[in-house]
Amino acid sequence: MAYYRSTILVSMDPICIEKGALQIKEQIIEELKLQKILDEVQILDSPRIGDPETEGPDILVYPEGSHYIALTPESVHPLVVEHFIKGRELAQYSAKMRDLMDEEVREPKDKEVRVILENIGKIDPRNIEDYIATDGYSALAKVLTEMTPEDVIQMVLDSKLRGRGGAGFPTGLKWKFARQAQATPKFMVCNADEGDPGAFMNRKVLEGDPHSVIEGMVIGAYAVGSSQGYVYCRAEYPIAVSTLNVAIKQAKEYGLLGENIMGSGFSFDLEVRMGAGAFVCGEETALIASIEGSRGEPRVRPPFPASKGLWGKPTNINNVETYANIPKIIYRGLEWYTSMGSEKSKGTKTFALAGNVAHTGLIEVPFGMTLREIIYDIGGGIKDGKAFKAVQTGGPMGGCLPTCDLDLPVDYETLGAAGSIMGSGGMIVMDEDTCMVDIARFFMEFTQEESCGKCVPCRVGTRRILEILERICAGGGIPEDIPMLRSLCEEIKQDSLCGLGQGAPNPVVSTLNHFLDEYEAHIYEKRCPAKVCRNLISYHISEEKCTGCTICARNCPVSAITGERKLTHVINQDICIRCGICHQVCNFDAVEVN
Amino acid sequence: MTSTTQPIDPLYNPKLRPIIDKIIEDNIDLDGGLMVVLNNLQSKIGFLSAPMQEYVAECLSIPVSKVHGVVSFYSFFTTVPRGKHVIKFCIGTACYVGGITQMVDKAKQMLGIEPGQTTSDGMITLEVCRCVGACSQAPVVVVDEVNNGRMKPAKFTKVIEKVLNDEAAA
Repeated sequence: MAYYRSTILVSMDPICIEKGALQIKEQIIEELKLQKILDEVQILDSPRIGDPETEGPDILVYPEGSHYIALTPESVHPLVVEHFIKGRELAQYSAKMRDLMDEEVREPKDKEVRVILENIGKIDPRNIEDYIATDGYSALAKVLTEMTPEDVIQMVLDSKLRGRGGAGFPTGLKWKFARQAQATPKFMVCNADEGDPGAFMNRKVLEGDPHSVIEGMVIGAYAVGSSQGYVYCRAEYPIAVSTLNVAIKQAKEYGLLGENIMGSGFSFDLEVRMGAGAFVCGEETALIASIEGSRGEPRVRPPFPASKGLWGKPTNINNVETYANIPKIIYRGLEWYTSMGSEKSKGTKTFALAGNVAHTGLIEVPFGMTLREIIYDIGGGIKDGKAFKAVQTGGPMGGCLPTCDLDLPVDYETLGAAGSIMGSGGMIVMDEDTCMVDIARFFMEFTQEESCGKCVPCRVGTRRILEILERICAGGGIPEDIPMLRSLCEEIKQDSLCGLGQGAPNPVVSTLNHFLDEYEAHIYEKRCPAKVCRNLISYHISEEKCTGCTICARNCPVSAITGERKLTHVINQDICIRCGICHQVCNFDAVEVN
Repeated sequence: MTSTTQPIDPLYNPKLRPIIDKIIEDNIDLDGGLMVVLNNLQSKIGFLSAPMQEYVAECLSIPVSKVHGVVSFYSFFTTVPRGKHVIKFCIGTACYVGGITQMVDKAKQMLGIEPGQTTSDGMITLEVCRCVGACSQAPVVVVDEVNNGRMKPAKFTKVIEKVLNDEAAA
């Protein structure tokens, strides 16, 4: 294959052609010839780059990713000279990259290593050529032409890639089991039911770089011996679903999906199925039930999906991020991949930083980085100069880790040992104003509602825990509550059928372990130290500070605040619902919490 | 909850019936097609009435109990019509920590309804939903499928007022 230092994509949208795109392309070729660099630059047609109405005719130049718009015959000479000879961007015709780094994926910080997020915001997810221009589908070509399915599985085993859905099971081993299964047909499933509140990396990958997932799935299908795959995506992500459908259609048109892929004789078809708002469907057996068109209730394993999965056939299920890792591993090699990460967890992991942290958004770091580095060096520390209290990792089945755990390196084993989990990578930072009992109650409310109801420990147990926590938060806690909570947690963990029930007690156990003083303050002193639990606090307006500006009265949702303009306002405690809006809107710190 | 005049069921509505039939026809042979049919009906028709569920069961040759079991299992499926505008409060962890409950309080006050209910004029439905995955903009209120991030009570008041004003102007 010829090597080019640059690739020019020329938009061949009908409107661009009408505006002279073909002539521009010819001119560019002539000019490159004139400058004697035609053999260094590859010129490709692209269906569409920018908005043809306002930006056409336009071209995209890689590897820089420069987007030149509204090109005229006069622009070609200076453009070629400036960009390709002098190596400078020609500002006059340069447009800012579309979909610039948004607030969900900021410019990477020094300590970050972007592998999965590399292309996000830099390529057009709805244009397969953008992906191909970043070496996309090269791994698939390598697999189909140079590797046997066994080679692929061995390589994934050697990469030590582990499931990014949270459990961390070795992906290569999963593929091996599915390969060894005798029954046919076999199915490939991508778990895109990213239900953990606080996690949105899968959505971003599907919306920003869908072909990386498709390529990973095709490679997996070749390794496992499957000809039909499904991406199960949650209904909350309509844009991800539509982007993925566009990507699948384009991949089929390019012969990279469907019948006889790349002329190799290997065929694999892919279809998107949507969930309908059930958290438990992220559990693999529940997900399978949902694709089958049933209630998303988990079933007992074994048999594991690798032997009996979708419609009772061998099925391989991996997470979005796991699949997205595959092309990178194959194309860039084991040495590169295994050089990143900790001993048992190789590669990188994306995390969604959210909550009371200065810089929220998606980040990507090698395994083994400490929580402190992630929260302070990358996340910029706690918002508004407040004090750190806890970081919640792994979603509702994870735990809350306190200050003393900040120096733990982040990998599957360490987080597990500390009483939390990796999960899909949600990381919610909580400051001093967060009540840990209330957070435990919040998560239990979530799991209780999302419990599918099939097994008793989860269905009834989470309900009982929730009732106790609600009572404690309301000021009715009794000393026996703490041992009762501990024993309930232990039993639910041991006796539940699936990961939802087994993990449900984690937020309660971890807060009991690290923040017992807060539980005790609620139970013995009827006091909420973080001033959150509504029954244990009251709001008052300070006479000295109140200026009578009326902002609190205007914002109170229950009209509990009275007072004349320029006179001290008063909160009627009988009406007040302690929502804290007055406290938040007051510009003079006049609303005090007791 | 619903308006006083009982509207005709979509199944017997001559405008909607062809849409329903088309959705079922397109997916009748699909493996696991029930979820696909229900998802499409929910998004095109807006809800899944009892007669619609019975009809789906009949067409797909599966028991009504199974259809209803699936409909009642997933929170996206509703059996009553929603209001013209849907305001959804994300109560994912980041939004909860970010104070989404204050927006819920505010909406209750302004519209006089609880989450899960629709205003008597059928204009606005309030809903709570689990994480919409826009955590970096928490707290998030989704108004007619559009995410409104970094909400504050005062800002949210304006959002509701805009929906009401636009409707009054229309």
